[in-house]
Amino acid sequence: MSDTHAQTVAFVRETQIPPAPPPASETGVVKWLRENLFSNAANSALTIAALAVIYMVLQNTLPWILNGVWTTSSLAECREILQGKTGACFSVLTERWNQLLYGFKYPSDAYWRPNLALVLLLFAAAPVLFFDLPRKLLIFTAIYPFLAFWLIWGGTLMVPVVALLGFAAAAAVFQTFSKSSFAIAFFGAIAAAFAVWILGGLLIPEGASENAWLAPVPSRDLGGFMLNLMLGVTCVSLSLPLGIALALGRQSDMPLIKWMCVIFIEFVRGVPLITLLFVASVMLAYFFPPESTVDLFLRVVIMITMFSAAYIAEVIRGGLAALPKGQYEAADSLGLDYAQAMRLIILPQALKISIPGIVNVAVGLFKDTTLVSVISMFDLVGMIRGPILASTEWNGVYWELLGFAALLFFVVCYGISQYSQWLERRLATDHR
Amino acid sequence: MKKTVFLGALTVAGLAAGAAAAGTLDDVKARGKLNCGVTTGLVGFAAPNANGEWEGFDVAVCRAVAAAVLGDSTAVEFVPTTGKTRFTALASGEIDLLARNTTWTFSRDVDLKFEFVGVNYYDGQGFMVPKELGVSSAKELDGATVCIQTGTTTELNLADFFRSNNISYEPVPIETNAEAQQQYLAGSCDVYTTDASGLAATRATFDDPSGHVILPEIISKEPLGPLVRHGDHEWGDVVRWSLMALIAAEELGITSANISEMAAGTDNPEINRLLGSEGTLGEMLGLEADWAQKAVAAGGNYGEIFAKNIGEDTPVGLARGLNAQWTEGGLLYAPPFR
Repeated sequence: MSDTHAQTVAFVRETQIPPAPPPASETGVVKWLRENLFSNAANSALTIAALAVIYMVLQNTLPWILNGVWTTSSLAECREILQGKTGACFSVLTERWNQLLYGFKYPSDAYWRPNLALVLLLFAAAPVLFFDLPRKLLIFTAIYPFLAFWLIWGGTLMVPVVALLGFAAAAAVFQTFSKSSFAIAFFGAIAAAFAVWILGGLLIPEGASENAWLAPVPSRDLGGFMLNLMLGVTCVSLSLPLGIALALGRQSDMPLIKWMCVIFIEFVRGVPLITLLFVASVMLAYFFPPESTVDLFLRVVIMITMFSAAYIAEVIRGGLAALPKGQYEAADSLGLDYAQAMRLIILPQALKISIPGIVNVAVGLFKDTTLVSVISMFDLVGMIRGPILASTEWNGVYWELLGFAALLFFVVCYGISQYSQWLERRLATDHR
Repeated sequence: MKKTVFLGALTVAGLAAGAAAAGTLDDVKARGKLNCGVTTGLVGFAAPNANGEWEGFDVAVCRAVAAAVLGDSTAVEFVPTTGKTRFTALASGEIDLLARNTTWTFSRDVDLKFEFVGVNYYDGQGFMVPKELGVSSAKELDGATVCIQTGTTTELNLADFFRSNNISYEPVPIETNAEAQQQYLAGSCDVYTTDASGLAATRATFDDPSGHVILPEIISKEPLGPLVRHGDHEWGDVVRWSLMALIAAEELGITSANISEMAAGTDNPEINRLLGSEGTLGEMLGLEADWAQKAVAAGGNYGEIFAKNIGEDTPVGLARGLNAQWTEGGLLYAPPFR
């Protein structure tokens, strides 16, 4: 019937035509540019403006950085080499790097000690920060503060050992009595710790530090970025438990505890940090006899810890308030007591909600440690503003020094913020 | 180091502050170290060098006192103080002596209960302007914008000066000297005013120091000197006469180069009394007979200290001016050693 067969048709295509490449405007870099940078007139204008700004910034900074002088011994020599060209005088960093990092009085043959303490800090912090690691590593975390104290301040090993034994005794007493009565356990633990410290203090021979294996370094000789890191790490790690306790205390049903916490938090939040630092450095000297003052570093740590604990308490209170009431009631209906309910049900959820706020306080606190330069402690900023800019060689170098300080702080703060984002992802259980 | 962080916190509470206040001189001798308050850093006056050793004009006073009292110019614990912490540090006994370019004023001497023992630098407030402005006197500054550090006496002096000359100005308040340098160089103000020594030090750091002039008018008196606590006169005498020994040594021609040969005895009885080969001046102060010899040997006489730290051959480049000996038209006048 039909004569049309496949064989009779002149040409039938048997293979697929290879796909033609997309139009040049719809592929690769061009497409990305079109979609992201030049999608409409307004965006195009903004892109061009942004490019112009970036160009102007680079045009001014790149020659300054690339022409930088690294090897002179004073600003005047830098200027001689540059002969009026734009260029940074980075030699101040190469000559004074040790002062910027460790302060100008820390003995230079002992720089390995804070360095080692910093490396060990990474190991000590790891099990706390990354809870997939084996829990046994926490033993090292518990020893670390005493080890770091011994490394940085030097002196006799007896002091940190006695301090550690005091805490160990307190823990042992608490464990023993906590089953029968919380009050006995709590106060017994405090008494045990003090007993060990006082007895141990008597046992340490006078002058034991003088010929100790690690030469003692007084607190006044600490400085530079090391001081910022030490203050930041110590105060953050102390203020977090204190802040949790204050937040829980503020929610307590016991009026005495509740009002003590409320007054503490509101007082500290109502006072500027710099006022507290002045009290620590200046006023306390009036109250103590001149020969037996509390170490300046300790005074500053106490003040900054108090300050940030009050802020962290408020952040955590926000987390507690965000939990539905049903969670508290569920814990009660399971027959959990207060401590168990908080530890197993309430705090894990409340703390997870509070992470961004806590990290915010921690970053702010770390940067606030530069305020100690006003009470004549030579932290990184204090070193720059005081001794280095006041030396005849380097008076007048600002951008290089403060840029270096900004870089150091940025690295640490960005690290903290990245960690907190990882933590939030890791703890996300709500399958959004 | 037995007083550690932990144990120290416990022991302090128990110790009463009421221990009988021994004289500062005895305290310093017993301690074997002088606690000397200095600034946290001021070009030429006090700053640690690359090795962490303190250097400068005020530092030299501390070293001379330490040498006179303890015989060792390195036996000094330098306690850095800011403008805000300096007076409490001295009043609370944290430091024995404050040598921190502090202006001697009535209220500090009388009301704050301190004792200024002398003047080691006569300063005064001056003005710096760019040369291209073509100004040769501060009285031509009508309508100028002036960079001024807030909260200092310079601010009040400035207002007084412009009001009494009946000319107007616009203040640009700034916080620190470093900020002032940047603002002035960026042209936010026509004039920068602070102490003349500070102006000279600031100008020395500029790319082109010759493009800026310091105007001849000095509009205030700023006698800077070391001070001690009120009431301990033995200690005040030691510090006062250590400073005077440096000044007198220059007047008498005693330098760090010739001091050992002069100490053996000279024809000039005043030199002999000062250096201890005659008389009992050291004993009267409660010090060794060669106290002044050690003080001068520590860093040279006043003129040598000046030339080494802030003199015309240094980057700060200050002329002696008012700080010359009275025999050369200056104000330095050490009372007789007799």
